[in-house]
Amino acid sequence: MISALAGFGAAAALPPLAGAAVFNPKTFTLANGLTVVVIENHRMPVVRQMLFYRVGSADDPPGKSGVAHYLEHLMFKGTRTTKPNEFSKIVARNGGRDNAFTSADATGYYQTVASDRLELVMRMEADRMANLVVDPKEAAPELKVVVEERRSRTDNRPAAQLNEQMTAALFLIYPYRNPIIGWKHELEKLTLADTMAFYRKYYGPNNAILVVTGDITVDQVRPLAEKYYGPIPSGPKITRRANIAEPPQRAARRVILRSSRVREPRWSRDYLAPSRGQGRGRRADALEMLDVILGTGATSRLYRALVIEKKLALSVGTAYDADMLGPTAFGIYARPKQGVEVATLEAAVEAEIARLLAHGVTEAEVKAAKKRLLAGAIFAQDSLRRGASAIGTALTSGQSIADVENWPEYIEKVTPAQILEAARDVFRIERSVTGLLLPAAESKNGGAAAKKRANTGGGPRPGRGK
Amino acid sequence: MTATSRRAGNLRLGALALALVLLWALPADALRIKEVTSPKGIKGWLIQDATVPLFTMNFAFRGAAALDPVGKEGLAEFVSSLLDEGAGDLGAQAFQARLENNSIAMRFGAGADYFSGSIRALVEYRPLATDLLRMALSAPRFDPEPVARIRDQYLSSVRRRVERPGYTARHAWKVAVFKDHPYGRELDGTEASLKAIGVSDLKQFVAKRFARDVLVVAAVGDIDEAAFGQMMDRAFGDLPARAAPASLPEAKIGGAGKIIVTQRDFPQSVAVFGHGGIKRKHPDYYAALIVNYVLGGGGLTSRLATEIREKRGLAYSVYSRLVTMEHAGIITGRVATANARIAESLALIRQLWAKIAKDGITAEELSDTKSYLTGSFFTRLNSTRRIARLLVGIQLQDLGIDYLDRRNRLINAVTLDQTRRVAARLFKPGDLTISVVGRPKGVVSRP
Repeated sequence: MISALAGFGAAAALPPLAGAAVFNPKTFTLANGLTVVVIENHRMPVVRQMLFYRVGSADDPPGKSGVAHYLEHLMFKGTRTTKPNEFSKIVARNGGRDNAFTSADATGYYQTVASDRLELVMRMEADRMANLVVDPKEAAPELKVVVEERRSRTDNRPAAQLNEQMTAALFLIYPYRNPIIGWKHELEKLTLADTMAFYRKYYGPNNAILVVTGDITVDQVRPLAEKYYGPIPSGPKITRRANIAEPPQRAARRVILRSSRVREPRWSRDYLAPSRGQGRGRRADALEMLDVILGTGATSRLYRALVIEKKLALSVGTAYDADMLGPTAFGIYARPKQGVEVATLEAAVEAEIARLLAHGVTEAEVKAAKKRLLAGAIFAQDSLRRGASAIGTALTSGQSIADVENWPEYIEKVTPAQILEAARDVFRIERSVTGLLLPAAESKNGGAAAKKRANTGGGPRPGRGK
Repeated sequence: MTATSRRAGNLRLGALALALVLLWALPADALRIKEVTSPKGIKGWLIQDATVPLFTMNFAFRGAAALDPVGKEGLAEFVSSLLDEGAGDLGAQAFQARLENNSIAMRFGAGADYFSGSIRALVEYRPLATDLLRMALSAPRFDPEPVARIRDQYLSSVRRRVERPGYTARHAWKVAVFKDHPYGRELDGTEASLKAIGVSDLKQFVAKRFARDVLVVAAVGDIDEAAFGQMMDRAFGDLPARAAPASLPEAKIGGAGKIIVTQRDFPQSVAVFGHGGIKRKHPDYYAALIVNYVLGGGGLTSRLATEIREKRGLAYSVYSRLVTMEHAGIITGRVATANARIAESLALIRQLWAKIAKDGITAEELSDTKSYLTGSFFTRLNSTRRIARLLVGIQLQDLGIDYLDRRNRLINAVTLDQTRRVAARLFKPGDLTISVVGRPKGVVSRP
């Protein structure tokens, strides 16, 4: 399926979302352990079913990286009673759309359909939770599809290759170090037996969360969930990565990728950072605020200092994803202006960090950042996708529904002192990886420009049909 | 534990194989469009929806990048990035701070045919958002600092385009197909053209192109008719009544049978393929939409995806689509396959193209496609943004305010004979123009 492959390496993270009494989810649990969450939104006669499993690429067994994601693809290859690819055909024939994703911590399957088709997609989603049957003749070409997917996403893109190397360097032992899609040499050797074993272990109702959002009520969802998901027996009890933790990190790492395919350099740095899933107090809230103040938007500290005032960078920003089960990263990325040395840019970023660590953030900055984050919680209610994703992400990364619903309250309470403390804890060079993406040594500036072909550029962006 | 032991006893799916005859009703309450005329006479479409205390207003001006003067390609695009970088009495940082501190999302975009924009905000910021939009459209400053900064960003982006095989493949394809027509020019700009654009060009673009006679507007959200009318007057009332005259010729589609190979060091070849298609207002448009959906438009269920992806594992993504522009209609698609096997993907695309031209689609495919196209249309409309974008699109294409009521009937009215006739007329395997970037094995250029 067309995987989102969210998580590490995905530069464009969603803005922080969730919100107090924002989604107002109603929830219940079936006897077999399935958690069910319903979020009502009656704008259109449409519902979205999302089934999240508490398993992602970070649960791939050693030597079998990519298996969680490969299983996601195979989930469309039929059950005891449906033929390969029949799932998507039936959804389409019923006027719906479906897709799936694999992230480091979760695997999700979702469909958007007219409200009166909810029963149909529930029946089919429950069926493949219990009855997946994959013919080896279907599994083999699908593995090739995933290898092509890897080529498209990673191997054809030097920037993605560097991100992969940086992530592997950032986590010394935590399995986030492996790419979601898998290392090519391991991916190519995955077997159907490995994948089915993974399915049997992790795809029980006790390890899943069903989120239904849209034009539906909890009283309508309950009997359907009982009827279709209720009879599925629980799978084995899963203890998630309980004994895996990063050892002390003592040495700054530097990763350099040079490629003839790169035209302009890029600088980036990831610092190891705490997540919500690790439950280290409320530090993640302070880091979300820091992400806004330091590097989100044209008025952020880094953009003003490096792009507008010092004129060293074309662009600069930060990225922080708090909603992870294990340790996460606080990232900073920048592109130097032509003629600016990467080292000069790096020094300027470090000067901004030093200024932050020396003086902290102002009350005014904190007030503005809170306002922005809290408004985001209201915008998140506008679509069916955001609420379901927020709840599903929270429940697969070690958080509760209350954590999601209380998020605005937590943000409201963050103080400038807490942000400074969080910054001092995170911005430690010995717990960081710096990545440089550089053109091949021989094709610098003049050479590259001279070799540049005439037909490498733009054109109209045709309007989309409806 | 085996898979079978987890089987739930009461799941029965046999009934799903029935071909369901679906008649999708319009969600009338949710999509009741009102045409609002403002006190100053500006017309816009409104859907009132108080689900969440916010609003989205989208708009577009007809006439954009395809009108960029020769040698100044990228002008419309450049303007689209500068309108929110200082306007009226606010400099770039002050303007951006107003937007960011009040969570007002303001976006502009320059396509070949239309210059579009949108604002989205919480209802309490509607007056401020409207004022900022008025300033951006009527009094953009184009101060030296933001102009230099944004120009540098574009120049870098132009240089980095060669890092993306898909971009290179697409552009070479457009040059071959559109030749001298503006649609074949580099409308995102080149290093030379971006450097040639001065502040007077930016100002002229605004003065010539932003006018009320080429404007369409739509709003969705927690806003009533009176407020929408005031908003339109405030945002657009200062604009000139008429845009400068502009016209483009119809594109003559060329490059039939041409193969362009651009050698680049990528492990996976990216191929863009296609030929002339059909325009939006053509009476056969819906039949063409259905035929293309069967061939390559339907995600993993299309013929292209079934043969290339599902059966052989040749690609992660393969599709074809109808692209309708003001002065051209094209059918185009894309596939990415390892260098060693790209020739196999291209051969299959030709075969499937020939088969659909010869045999058309089946009755079952027709029925399934109608169900999908009519049903999924409304499930897509799940945010105010998407609905507002649709309402602007309907107006740009002159489809009429009753289009939402008519659309599904138009699709359901398409007959099997019509799809076969259209497939035979439209899909021409020998005419395919193919542009490949990578180190493709077994694919050679052909003029």
